[in-house]
Amino acid sequence: MKLNGAQILIQTLIEQGVTDVFGYPGGQVINIYDALYEYKDKINHVLTAHEQGAAHAADGYSRATGKVGVCIATSGPGATNLVTGIATAMLDSIPMVAITGNVPCSLIGKDSFQEIDITGVTLPITKHNYFVNKIEDLADTLREAFAIAKSGRPGPVLVDIPKDVQVAKYDFEPQSVVEKMPLPKVKEDLIDKAVELINGAQKPYIYVGGGAAGLGMGSDIVAFAEKIGAVIGCSFMGLSSVPQDNERFLGMQGMHGHYASSMSQNEADLILGIGVRFSDRATGNVAKFAKQSKIIQLDPDSAEVNKNVRVDLGLVGDVEDSFKRIAAKCAESAKPDWFARVKQLKAEEVQFEAEIAEANDAPLTPKQVFEIINAEKPANTVIATDVGQHQMWTAQYVEFDGPRRFVSSGGLGTMGFGLGAAIGSYVATKDPVVLITGDGSFGMNLNELATAVSYKIPVVIVLMNNGVLGMVRQWQTLFFGKRYSNTVLSRKTDFVALAKSFGAEGVLAETPVEFKRAFAAAVKAGKPTVIDVRIDKDEMVLPMLPPGGAISDIITKV
Amino acid sequence: METNRFVIAVYVDNKAGVLTRVTAMFTRRNFNIDTLTVGETERSEYSRITISMRGDDYVKEQLINQLKKLYVVKKVEVLEDEPIKRELMLIKVQNASEHRSDIMTAVDVFRASVIDYSSEGMCIEVTGNPSKIDAFIKLMQPFGILEMCRTGVVALERGANTLFTD
Repeated sequence: MKLNGAQILIQTLIEQGVTDVFGYPGGQVINIYDALYEYKDKINHVLTAHEQGAAHAADGYSRATGKVGVCIATSGPGATNLVTGIATAMLDSIPMVAITGNVPCSLIGKDSFQEIDITGVTLPITKHNYFVNKIEDLADTLREAFAIAKSGRPGPVLVDIPKDVQVAKYDFEPQSVVEKMPLPKVKEDLIDKAVELINGAQKPYIYVGGGAAGLGMGSDIVAFAEKIGAVIGCSFMGLSSVPQDNERFLGMQGMHGHYASSMSQNEADLILGIGVRFSDRATGNVAKFAKQSKIIQLDPDSAEVNKNVRVDLGLVGDVEDSFKRIAAKCAESAKPDWFARVKQLKAEEVQFEAEIAEANDAPLTPKQVFEIINAEKPANTVIATDVGQHQMWTAQYVEFDGPRRFVSSGGLGTMGFGLGAAIGSYVATKDPVVLITGDGSFGMNLNELATAVSYKIPVVIVLMNNGVLGMVRQWQTLFFGKRYSNTVLSRKTDFVALAKSFGAEGVLAETPVEFKRAFAAAVKAGKPTVIDVRIDKDEMVLPMLPPGGAISDIITKV
Repeated sequence: METNRFVIAVYVDNKAGVLTRVTAMFTRRNFNIDTLTVGETERSEYSRITISMRGDDYVKEQLINQLKKLYVVKKVEVLEDEPIKRELMLIKVQNASEHRSDIMTAVDVFRASVIDYSSEGMCIEVTGNPSKIDAFIKLMQPFGILEMCRTGVVALERGANTLFTD
């Protein structure tokens, strides 16, 4: 059948199994929106308040499901507004296809109205991108974009379609959904080498990252840890991929990780990294990281092996396959001494956490907020966050309901990510969603409250309001002599009234009783609710590894 | 780690914008290139980029892995074991009568050729190893170099080996 480019685009999205897209119309995508109108019974378009919100929504959609998220924006400012969202997806390896319109080919390069070289702009923040200048290439380019986005180490792909290509007509025949490109299987002798290293270890530590999220390996990893007497820690991106209700799981390690997790990683004689990239926030000073430990790294991306830390063995290829083959071959071993030592570290952690909690006489502490969230959140809740102290407390305290139930910007650390991402995750799953945010982050993209209200997204927004940019303030307190440069917000924003003006619910909570009541009511209400949770401006995220420091420099009290 | 000079051959799609993707990656990853040349190959669908640069084993390994991740890159190879390296230079020197015979002797010894000649200056074409080009420049310096340009290194492995084995 002969269709125009815009119809071919939407037909190809439908062909690739896309049921929801996020976007914002504009001059150079009018044809695409016309096609969306035509196919609205087959593909649902969510209109956000801002293109950045659309990109974060597509990202959240993907994180909550593993599907490829899709966003659409017009040329020029529409396209550049996607940039932060695309970069966020890139740094966390999230599959996404971003579609942008552009001026007709005859006007390209002439600084035409709303013309921008978006493939040039997004070159370093996409896995790959395309400028489609011929109608005959359009459908196959889109198919390739989906294949690239979801294969190997996933990531965002941008397809820029000039207006004349959207208008031009060409034959279209639907094809099947593109398959992921297969990952190579690691050679048997390398598997044997890994098994030999693991069998020879006395203090093994399994280190799980974002690359394991969604692979559904969580319970296998726990079973393997029990088999070989290992303990399990994770990077920020690895959170929620391993069941937390077992004593071998120590939680996140790194800058704001759990004390026992960071310390035992530092004392381990073998680290088995599964889909982790040893980011600077996770390792601290690499020269002092895990010095006495052998490191095995399982990753689909060969460029990650030996990039941040030197490893003893890099197994590049299908992570799940490598893990299963290693797990099957390793010898059983209880290693009670190692586990006893880890338990001792855990006891120290519990001890100093109790001391910190006891010393805190604020009317409502972050720890209390999260205890209430854990107790009151419905089953299978997606927890989304923004970036800052609230995000690290989430990572430390929340008991996640399973894989893909944690949606947060790790690598890029994008303030303003959360609300759009929460909306996207709800559109994808219809599962309960809680956004944990701060007054700084929320202020960046709170316009998406309009979207949440319009689309009846029952997101419970826990706004941890301390009137300051808490994470930067914490650094200023610890490392800059309390010179609070531009981190005291002193804004007069009334978040309760603001929520109501958007058509959402708003409620203030200043004590544990008030918060519990407000949270339970918000969960029941089934509509977007902002809970303005007042916490003290000098709350800290502890423990903390000072930037560039080693594990031995860990700060556990101030 | 020890820093070495090495040459990398990269087969890429012969399409618009491909060179940008490759060089943008170098910038993004903070790699410094000494020379980069690009041109058509025995297969019209591919171009061959020859990069010469310096770095330790870490740089070399990262560079190759990062290159392989680019979707326009079809093949990457470090040319080990002293590949055949050639570079071409055009150099314009002052044509002063008192230096003319010295210049002509150098041209003769280096198997270079004079390709343009006027009473003020002459243009010489030199081909060879980069070190030979360097030596020729050094020799011309006292005579007054007016302008010069070098192509950068192109290189092939010795023997009948090719990068594509299929």
